[in-house]
Parts: sequence; C-alpha cells; structure tokens
Amino acid sequence: MTPVLEFREVHAGYGPFRALFGVSLALESGRVLALLGSNGAGKTTIARVASGLVCPTQGSVLIDGAEFGGKRPWEFAREGFVHAPEGRSVFGSLTVSENLQLALRFRHKATLSVCIDKAYDLFPRLGERRLQLAGTLSGGEQRMLALARVMVDEPRVLIADELSLGLAPIIVDEVYETLRVIQNTGTSLLIVEQHVGHALAIAETVVMLDRGRVQFDGPVADFASQDAGVPR
Amino acid sequence: MNTLLQAVQVTKRFAGITALNEVSLDVAPGEFVGLIGPNGAGKTTLFNCLSGLTRFDSGSISFDGVDLSGVAVHQRARLGIARTFQRMELFTGMTVRQHLLVTDRAHSRSGAMWKDILTGSKARRDELQRVDELLDFLDLGADADRDVAALSLGRGRIVELARALMTQPKLLLLDEPSSGLDISETEVVIERLHEVNRERGVAILLVEHDVEMVRSLATRVFVLDFGTRIASGTTAEVFGDANVQRAYLGGVS
Amino acid sequence: MDGFIRAIIQGVPIGGVFALVAVGFVLTYKTSGVFNLAFGGQAFASAALYFKLHVIEEWPQWISLVLSVFVLAPLVGLILERVIFRHLRNASDLARLVVSIGMLVLIPAVMKEILDIATVVKHPVGILPDGLHPYQLFGRYPVSRDEISQVVFAVLAALLLAALFRFTALGLQMRAVVESARMTELAGIRSDRITAFSWALSSTFAGLAGVLIAPRYTTVNETYFFVLVVAGIAAAAIGGLTSLPRSLGGGFALGVTAILLRTYLPQDSIIANQIQPALPFIVLFCVVLFWKDRATVSDPLATVDPPPPSSASDDRGALLTWGTRGFWSVVLGLMAMHALVWGNEFRTTLYTQAVIYAIIFMSVTVFTGIAGEISLCQSSFAAIGAFATMQFADRFGVSVIGGAFIGAMIAALVGAALALPLMRLGGIWLALATLAFALLFESVIVNFDWVGGLVPLPKVPRPLLGTIDFENERTFFVLCVVALLLVAFVVVRVRNGTTGLFLTAMRGSETAIASIGVSRARLRVTAFALSAGIAGLGGGLLGMYSSTISYSSDFGPFIGLFWLVLVVNLSTRTVEGAMQAAAGFVLFPEYILKPLDLGGAYQYIFFGIGAITFARHPEGILEFQKRRSMNSIQRRIDRRSGRSSSSEMPSVDTPTMGTTS
Repeated sequence: MTPVLEFREVHAGYGPFRALFGVSLALESGRVLALLGSNGAGKTTIARVASGLVCPTQGSVLIDGAEFGGKRPWEFAREGFVHAPEGRSVFGSLTVSENLQLALRFRHKATLSVCIDKAYDLFPRLGERRLQLAGTLSGGEQRMLALARVMVDEPRVLIADELSLGLAPIIVDEVYETLRVIQNTGTSLLIVEQHVGHALAIAETVVMLDRGRVQFDGPVADFASQDAGVPR
Repeated sequence: MNTLLQAVQVTKRFAGITALNEVSLDVAPGEFVGLIGPNGAGKTTLFNCLSGLTRFDSGSISFDGVDLSGVAVHQRARLGIARTFQRMELFTGMTVRQHLLVTDRAHSRSGAMWKDILTGSKARRDELQRVDELLDFLDLGADADRDVAALSLGRGRIVELARALMTQPKLLLLDEPSSGLDISETEVVIERLHEVNRERGVAILLVEHDVEMVRSLATRVFVLDFGTRIASGTTAEVFGDANVQRAYLGGVS
Repeated sequence: MDGFIRAIIQGVPIGGVFALVAVGFVLTYKTSGVFNLAFGGQAFASAALYFKLHVIEEWPQWISLVLSVFVLAPLVGLILERVIFRHLRNASDLARLVVSIGMLVLIPAVMKEILDIATVVKHPVGILPDGLHPYQLFGRYPVSRDEISQVVFAVLAALLLAALFRFTALGLQMRAVVESARMTELAGIRSDRITAFSWALSSTFAGLAGVLIAPRYTTVNETYFFVLVVAGIAAAAIGGLTSLPRSLGGGFALGVTAILLRTYLPQDSIIANQIQPALPFIVLFCVVLFWKDRATVSDPLATVDPPPPSSASDDRGALLTWGTRGFWSVVLGLMAMHALVWGNEFRTTLYTQAVIYAIIFMSVTVFTGIAGEISLCQSSFAAIGAFATMQFADRFGVSVIGGAFIGAMIAALVGAALALPLMRLGGIWLALATLAFALLFESVIVNFDWVGGLVPLPKVPRPLLGTIDFENERTFFVLCVVALLLVAFVVVRVRNGTTGLFLTAMRGSETAIASIGVSRARLRVTAFALSAGIAGLGGGLLGMYSSTISYSSDFGPFIGLFWLVLVVNLSTRTVEGAMQAAAGFVLFPEYILKPLDLGGAYQYIFFGIGAITFARHPEGILEFQKRRSMNSIQRRIDRRSGRSSSSEMPSVDTPTMGTTS
C-alpha cells in the first residue's frame, strides 16, 4: 500500500542553518507516527516540510506516491493535510469566531456553522469569548483555539506539533482523548511530542531523531523494548 | 514569619472578564514557592502585576516593605525583583556575555552618556569578573560569545535565568521555565534553580505546568483557577487536595 | 448662526477629502499591513495621468478615468506588491515604512518624468463634466459638483469596504493574510492571490481618491498629495487606523472643525491663519500622544524564514577592521586634499556641503541606526539649529560658532521635549508623531518672527575666530571637517559605550530591558536629544555655509524624508554610511547627473530605486556589499593564516526564541 506521506532522503533548513540531513520516513494511511528526539533534533522542521511551510533542498516528499516537494502550503492543505503548528498559531487580530471560520471554511463550506458549534462544545471557554480578539486570549486559551480548529476539522492527515505544550495536565489528557477519536475516523497522525509517555501511548510507529538524522524507525513495541537511549 | 513579597486581594479585569479575583499571595525571603493552575487561570497576569507590566484594578502589592503601586517596571527591578518570561525575551543580536554585561551596567546604574563620550566605557575588570563568575555558575562558559539567536531553547532559558540573577535580585519570578524544553534540558534547569535558591538565598516564585518539577522544588504552593486562589499550603497538602486534583491534575500526575 | 451653518457646509467638502484619503489609507493598512505613505504617490500617479490625458491631451473624460484609475492604479499596486513588499513580509514595521517613503519619493518623480507635466500651467478637472458648477444648498450656500462627488464617494467607499471586511469571506481572508500569509495558506487559501488583490484594490482606491481630489488644487503637485495623506492619516488615527466608518467620521470632523476654528478665532493672528492647514497635524500628534498601545500581532510562523544576517562589522577580524579604517582614512584624506589643495573654490564648497550633510546624517545614524527608531523630523531639527544660529547672531550679536552650539542645544531640548510624552510608544507611532511635528513646524512654527518669519531674512555670517576668518572657503571647510570628526567621535563612543549597549538590548526586547532595571523612556529621550542636537549643529553649519537660509529647499519635511531613506538605504549603523550618504547626496547630482544631462528628478528616481534594493537587503545595500566583500577577504586572511573556517553553520531545529507559549 502506498503511504499517504513519504519522505525520501529529505534535506532542509533555514537559509544557512541546516536542520535535516537525509531523512526518510513513511506514514501509512490511518496510522499514527510519533516523532521523538531532543530539542534541535529536527522534529519541527519535519512537520513543516510535511505541510509545505519549508521546502526541502534535496530529496522528495510524496503524497500518495506523487511528488509534492516544492509545492505551497495551500496545495498540501487541499490534499487534506492539516498542520497545527507549535506555539500560539492563531490570528491575533481576528476574533475567536473569525479564526474558526477562516480555518474551517475551505474544507467545510456547507457545514461551517455546525463545525464551529462543535468547537464551542469542545471548549466552552471559547464559546464565551467568541467575539473577543484572539490576541487578547491567554496563552493557554490561544492553544485551545488552535486545537479546537484541528479537532473539528477531521482532516486526512493531521500534523500536530507539540499540542500539549503549556497546557494543564487535565487538558493534555483531553487532547489525547480527542486525538484517539480523530484517529478512529480514519485520520493519519504525525505527532511531534516532547512528552514521550503521551506519544508512545498513542503511536504505532516511532521515528527517533538526532541532530537532523533518523536514529530509529520502527514499531512502537520495538522502540519500547530496545529503549533507544530515551530517558523515561 | 516575615515576608518579602506580599500581594493582598489583587483584582484585575480585562474587558469584562475577571482575570484575577482578590488573589492574595506571599513569599518569604529565601523561600521557594510554586504557583500552578489550569490555562487561563491568571498566572501570567499575576506575574505581570507583580513585575509591573500590567496595572491591577484593586488590592495592593508590597515588596520588602515598599508599596509597589505606581512603581515602574525598571524601578521594581532595581528594588530586587527579577523575572524570566514564558515567551522568551532575549536581546537578539547580542552575545551571552553582552547580555550579562548590559545587565550588570544597568544594575550598577553606570550608564550615563557623558561617561561613554569621555571614557569610552570599555568593560572594566571587575565587571568582567562578575560576568565570568555567573557564566561559570550556570555553566554557560562555552556559549559565552555566541549570539543568543544561535542557542537552543534550553540554553536560551538558562541565559534568561543568568540575566535575571545578574541584577542580584531578592526575588526571582519564573514563568514556565521548562516550557518547550526536553527532559535533559529540564533537569539542568531544575538543578540550577535548586542551587540558586539554596546557595544564593534568592526567593523564587515559580509558575510551571511540569508537576514533577514543582513538587521537587517548591516548599509551598498556591493554586489558581479562573482567577481565584483555590488552594494554598505546603506542597504535600496542595497536591493531596481534592479540589486541585479535579481542577488541574486530572488522571495524570 | 448663519456663520455656523456656513462653516459646516464649507467644512464638509474639505472633510470629505480628508475622509476619502483616510478611508483609502485604512484600506491599505488593513489589507497590506504596511503603513503606506506611498499612498500619496499612488494617488498622485493616477491624478497626473488623468490630468495628462484629459486636460492636456483632451481625451474623453471616461477613457481618461478608466486608464488612470482602473488600469494604471491597480498596476502600480501589483508592481509594488510583487517587486517590493512581498519581500518585506517579515521585515519590521519600520523597514516597511522606510520603503514606502522611498516609493513616495520615487513614484511621483517617475510619473513627472514620463508624462512631462511639471511645467504645464492648467487647472486640474474632476471626474464629472463641468465640475465647478455650483449648486445652492438651501438656496444660499454654494457647493460645487466636484465637492459633492468627493463627499459621496467617501461615504459610499467607507460603507462598501466596511461591508466587504465584515460580511464576506474574501474580506476575512484579506485581513488574515496580512497577519500571517503562511497560516492562511495552511487553511488551503492561496495567499499570494489574496495579497495581489488587496494591493490592486487599495491602489485603485488611492488612484480614485487622487483623481477626485485633484481639482481642489491649482495644479497637480506631489507635495499637495503628500501633505494631504498625512492629514488623512490624522483622520484615520481618530478611527484607530482600522475602523473605516470612524475614519470617515474623523475626516468630516477634521474638516468642519478647521473651518469652525477659522471662523471663530480672532482674525489676523498667525494661529487663525494657519489653523486650517495645521489642525490635522496637531490632531495627529495628539491622537498619537494618547494612543493606547495595543498588543502588536506578529506572524507566528515568521521563524520559518532564515534569520537575518549580522552586520558586516560584527564578523570581521581585527586585522580587517584596522584595514577598513586605514582605507577610509586614506580616502577621506585624499578627498580633503582634493578640496583644499588641488581643487578650485567651487569644488571646495561642494565638499564642504558634503561634510555638513555628513554631520546631519549622523543624527540618523544615532536615532535609527543605534536606537532603532525612526524620526521623520530631522530636517526640522536642522532648521531649528540654522534659525537659532541666525537669530542669536542677528539679535544678540553672539558669535556664530557659539550660536551654532546654542542652536544644537535648543534642537536637543526641543527633541527631548517632543520625545518625553511619546517615549512609551516608539516604532511607527513615534515616526508618525515626528512627521506631524515636521509638518506643523513647516506650516506654523517656521513663520514666527523668532524662528524664520522675518522679512527679509537676516544673513548668517561666517565665523571669525581670532585672526582666522572663515569667510575663506578653505578654512571654512577645515572647520566643518573638525566638527564632523568631533561628531563622529561622539557617535562612535556612544554606539560602543553603555548607551549603545542598552539601545541594542532595547531593540532586542523592550520588555526585558525594563526588567533589568533600565528606564526605556530615559534611554529613548537621551538618544533622541543627542540625535536632534547633532542635526541642529549640522543645520547651523549649513546656515553659515549658505548665508541665507532657504527653509523650503533645504529643510522641508519632504527633504527630511529623503535624507532618512538615503541613509537607511546605504547603511544606518556606521559612521561611514552617513558619510557615504552625504557624498552621494551632494556629489551625485553634480558629478553624475549633470554630465549625463539628467534633470533633478533623477536624483529621486535613483534613490527611490535604492529603496527597492532595501527591500532585499534591509541592513542597507552598502552593508550588504560590504559583508560580501568582507567575508571573502576574511576567508582569504583566514586561509593564509591557517585558521579553519569559522563559518560552519550549526544545525538547528527551531532557531526560535519565543514561539512557545
């Protein structure tokens, strides 16, 4: 079966800074792949390449077997790729409801209002603040907004970069609960996670990175048994 | 018990939303206090009130016997309140050493322009010595002359800590110092904080989501939820509290 | 009562003009995120083409209108976006402001050169046939057809555009793209198309405003449009720069208030005469003063782009540093010899001028290069220095050298006084307030007797020091060089000293500099006062040089903008940059344009094009070239001395500090 997303010997970086050195990996349809590694290992760059934000300088990125390297983020998005970038990643000058409209409109034209209501159900806090500018939300609420969008979008591939960062433990649990639900609807997940425990609990495949190179690539069971040098 | 920092019934509203509702909090000299709570509970807002970035609507905050209302951010820093930031605020374009040098100059208040013109204000030996001492203490020597933009997130947080210490504070406000760090980097931060508190006697108020970190460092903990203080006490008491479990900790501890 | 109604009816059309510009400006700001002063240039371009086609060539009105507003204007917008602003997406507000000022200089110069309308004496015509036809409102208040069209278009445009932003998906996407094109793309939206559409739309609107407004003036002149845009910004600022209906209201309020004040203030005082042109600048200044700083939004995905390069002087070794210094000493020495020994008197005066401008430009080095802020009233400070020198010499018989120093002091004090209330702002707001001050200075302050209002203006004598008479051009040249060296010494010392460190730190993080105990306000006031003082000193020397101060040709606000763009384009951080800019400013027209027989407009065109290169190299084009050559020379030195190359880049995942929250 053709993987929904595949990297072949991908090199990428930011100007003179190089972040990836020949990374190869494959995400099978409906599966969950976790990217692990310390800070600076290249996880975020992989997520960015997988959504078109960063163009590989060498190697190829394939979607359903078709070359996608060098294409723009909107072309990835139209293939059903949704990227939840790390950090706050909301439009600060738009209101909460405008943020959701913008993010969901393209893929859910007909059911837009239903989707938005669903987001408010998930996070009632956002519902209370739907006309507030997103820039005036607290850091955690901004993360919720970014999450809400992702959770109701039901994409084909979800690229989740540090979803749990800066969230209270109780919300982190909810986030992972929802990720499981999303996965059961057939979405493939590419997860970047600092918290190894959370990642291993949901992942089927693990790719372990070190300084821009793949150290380990295999099923989560193998990873756990050999414990490739990861604390915890 | 004498107190270093005393916040009494601090209230802050933003556009109809009460971010802080009569929150009281105190820190004794040399004490290590944790401040936890779910997202949007008002932790960062409280920090901003303490360090002067945000004005609060009612209540009072005093530090070392001085009432802080109407005291500007930089004046609070001179009184001995130092802080780090959740979203890192480094002086981009400067090296680590320059960060500390600039802070030392700010602390000694030797920044008059006429001195620059007449003397050239080259770094003096005693300044460099103080800087080097701190670089050693926090193990930053290897990165001393690198631009901070080239540092990893973890090293960046240590630089922020070093800069805060350079002002020789009595109280250190730390806003999620482990956010975005991996496990080994977090361990380094924990170790350093421990030393700062024990060896230098600096009181610390720590906001953090990493429950383990708070538990291992803090002796007392305050818990905020929806802008209200829902619990306070020794670390063991607070983490055993049912309310806290429900509001914040959930299943995972 | 009749007077009151008359004032309102007179004021509404003027307000309509302000409102039209304000709405257009807000549109540009909302859809491009650029504080686009080039709006004046864009408006001028369409007005000029319309004037050329309809008034001079006598083409039919509608063809002229379509070509100038619906063809030329969107085209200008698209070109601006594609060639320049696309590359500035992650640049600072200030960088974009500078580039837009460059365009404000460039576009009219190009249009005038192409259309050849500079010397035509004809009155512009509106878009309706017989636009001057008066209607009697309520039977007794005359209103012309052109004025009605201006008011109607302003109101219609504000309503339609507000609806576009509030109710349509396109409007939402336009706003989103401004904040983060990348995040918008992640939602499946083609941001490049949205951006192009935004620019075309706002530029069309600028063109329409230009054509509608032109009949108010006796001729099509870009300075009218420039001043009008600033007045429009005042109206827009009342609307918080983002609200279209409030900007509309702000425009009308400004127009009506100006006429009311003129009607009811005592006649014949200088204030009453100048209040109408000056009111918008006063209002703008006040709005900025009481502006509530809102949280600025930045692109959360900005870190996807490579980090900006460091400045050339930062990564050169000691040998190379001394090498460059030696090189510059030799070049300057040769120039001095050229001026003093080998040249004729004309050449000496030319070099003297260059030296004086180098001093003035160093004020930009201090405030923009070191403090990272932008002041658009450096020319006013220079004028203060010049007039003070003149006044002290004329009234009190103070020696002119003393007068120049007093002038510098006064400029510094004015700078500090101006800065004090503004200092919590910085950035674009500071730039705006200084622009308002420059225009206020021009329309009101300069006309006072104790500034430059005396007729005839007294002459500024040359200094006399003991037996040395600086009437001689060569000795005066030496005096200016001494002053230049002094100022350069001060600037370098400040840059490398504690103040320079603090300022660099403040550019890195406003929040953190306060958290280590440095007062930002004091720091900014110091830097601004120093900068103003330097400009004042240079202005005093310029006054001595030319003996009769000609404010409008040497110190006008437009000239000040041009200075800034020039210095920023070359290199703001270094003293050499200021000197090179001065050399270019003075010598370029003389030695390049004159021999090639090109008009003065080409100076603007060339430096405007410089602003385009600035888009690619925000550190300054000279700085860019220097870094390139420095790096190659440094590599050669390293190779010879056997050191390994130090430029191996570390691998980083996220070269980001602060995206995590």
